[in-house]
Amino acid sequence: MKTVLEARNINKYFKKPVLFHVLKNISFKVRQGEFVSIMGKSGCGKSTLLYILSTMDTDYEGQLFLNEELVTGENREKLSHIRNKYIGFVFQFHYLLSEFSVLENVMLPAKKLGEKSPSQIEEAAMEKLRILGIEHIAQKRASRISGGEKQRVAIARALINDPVIIMGDEPTGNLDSYNAENVFNIFKDLSDNQGLSLLVVTHDKDFADKTDRIIEMGDGEIIG
Amino acid sequence: MINWKVILNIAKTHLLTKIKQTAIAALGVTFGIGSYITLVSFMTGLNKMLDDLILNQTPHVHIYNEIEPSKKQPIAFYEEFKNSFNVVHSIKPKQSQKKIHNALPIIDYLEKNEHVRGALPQIKTQIFYIAGSIEIGGNLTGIDIMQEVEFFNFKDYVVKGTPEALKNTNNGILLGSGIAEKMSLGIGDRVQISTISGEIFPLKIVGLYQSGIADLDNIQSFANIKTVQRILGEAENYITDINVKLHTIEDALPLAQKIEQQFQLKAIDINTANAQFETGSNIRNLITYAVSITLLIVAGFGIYNILNMLIYEKMNDIAILKATGFSGKDVQLIFMSQAVIIGIVGGILGLILGFILSSVIDNVPFETEALPLIKTYPINFDFFYYMVGISFAMVSTFFAGYLPSQKAKKIDPVDIIRSQ
Ligand SMILES: Nc1ncnc2c1ncn2[C@@H]1O[C@H](COP(=O)(O)OP(=O)(O)OP(=O)(O)O)[C@@H](O)[C@H]1O
Ligand SMILES: [Mg+2]
Repeated sequence: MKTVLEARNINKYFKKPVLFHVLKNISFKVRQGEFVSIMGKSGCGKSTLLYILSTMDTDYEGQLFLNEELVTGENREKLSHIRNKYIGFVFQFHYLLSEFSVLENVMLPAKKLGEKSPSQIEEAAMEKLRILGIEHIAQKRASRISGGEKQRVAIARALINDPVIIMGDEPTGNLDSYNAENVFNIFKDLSDNQGLSLLVVTHDKDFADKTDRIIEMGDGEIIG
Repeated sequence: MINWKVILNIAKTHLLTKIKQTAIAALGVTFGIGSYITLVSFMTGLNKMLDDLILNQTPHVHIYNEIEPSKKQPIAFYEEFKNSFNVVHSIKPKQSQKKIHNALPIIDYLEKNEHVRGALPQIKTQIFYIAGSIEIGGNLTGIDIMQEVEFFNFKDYVVKGTPEALKNTNNGILLGSGIAEKMSLGIGDRVQISTISGEIFPLKIVGLYQSGIADLDNIQSFANIKTVQRILGEAENYITDINVKLHTIEDALPLAQKIEQQFQLKAIDINTANAQFETGSNIRNLITYAVSITLLIVAGFGIYNILNMLIYEKMNDIAILKATGFSGKDVQLIFMSQAVIIGIVGGILGLILGFILSSVIDNVPFETEALPLIKTYPINFDFFYYMVGISFAMVSTFFAGYLPSQKAKKIDPVDIIRSQ
């Protein structure tokens, strides 16, 4: 199986307020179609790692590969493009542009990518909303929908450019068990049927147990 | 690759959802540009009016015979004193006549020059106006009235009567309005004038002349060239001045120099004669621009503030956009386009406001003794100033938007996401 994401000896320090070695020699791989979860105590560095893996944070040591290509050291313009095309990110807090409609929120990354025509983009966006069972709220303002709906809109947005990997930082953290279950099933389906890789930080043991592999973190290190 | 459609769409949505702030920022620009247009139209209108007042009646080149001491005194012709130091006391002007020798051939010659629109003969002479026991000193100028009308807008200064009446009346005179008032004379009356040598002639008043410059109107009158020649007892080729009007004012200096050389006459070009005039116009322009720039800077700070505020409110949006693949440059362009849109909309409204205000001023009555021609405040509707205005609006909003947008460009999405 092809490797989609690889971290090699990633180290990160926070220099303020005191020098703090937050990530220590993190190395692992995620293969195509694999559903991986990351678990660990609060404050062990999971979010920090995810920001590095998603190319938003460039202040680290070590190497990061995406699709077997080195992305460490690329310029910001290129990194933006990589995030846009290859990585979908789902936050714990549903991050949507509140003044835009649900549909527009989902379409925005595709419009930025500019590989499809506007009508194709709209069609694709509606398709993703349908997969997530929320096509009926497509025209609603993003600020006027429920938290669970927002989370699913964020997932639809992460999917719009057909990325190779989806990263989530506690994507079910704010959802009730029914909606959490629902999101898990969506992820599972995407990884099984569409060959999408997933890397999800979670505190939910039941959720993690159902994934292909669990990465245990403690104090900035991988412990299992 | 910049996807303008997406960027402008986001910019538009931001502006529309914050319509109040947008409107305030745009109104600042509108106010600045509107005042600029109004001020500059009014000021340049005023300048132009004052310029016209002088320049229309001023020939581009004025040719006459200056009474001045000979540059080469007789002693310089003596070979014997060539190497000695000569002192000449009490130099007197050379016995010379005011008459331009060969005036008519010179006029013919000038009119053949392609730069020249017209060369007009004049006779200037000192006279006294006599009404009963009053005797007032003054100037009488003999002119070719119809040509003066054609080339020097003379008609504008004939406030009563018509130029044609002078042309058709043999012993007619266009009396200066100041004198007419002093002597209680009007059209149809007769005025006695006396030459320096003492002869007295009655002339019929066919009109009143008013230049708007009181000192001039108190002494100056006009008559036909022939009339003046007859009064002075001179022949038909007696001409004291030639006024030249050119196609372009820039040719005035070279032509004047050429004439001085060629004919040994005094030739003054308009720029030399009215150098002090430019200074006044320049200072008025300076004030106009100083005020307008101040207004625009204030408007610029308004935009700067509002964009800063907007960016602060939109931190989350910026983080989301960056996390989903928009580059720092894209985000910067989103906010820059907001500034420029505010600039364009506010600027265009400002042009309209300026146009309306100056139209209103243009219709406000403004009547003054000094300016017989002017009925309303002068406004200069020059399209050029509208171009300057809109460019100004865009440049100033561009700079006002630049710093905040630069800040937005540098925002680190991780910081924002973490702080949730
Ligand atoms: N900007 C920063 N400067 C200094 N220290 C930081 C900064 N951001 C995070 N930290 C510290 O780094 C450590 C790791 O933080 P991180 O957010 O990655 O934890 P986490 O594993 O995601 O925790 P949680 O499960 O609560 O989300 C924490 O101890 C935190 O205090
Ligand atoms: Mg975290």
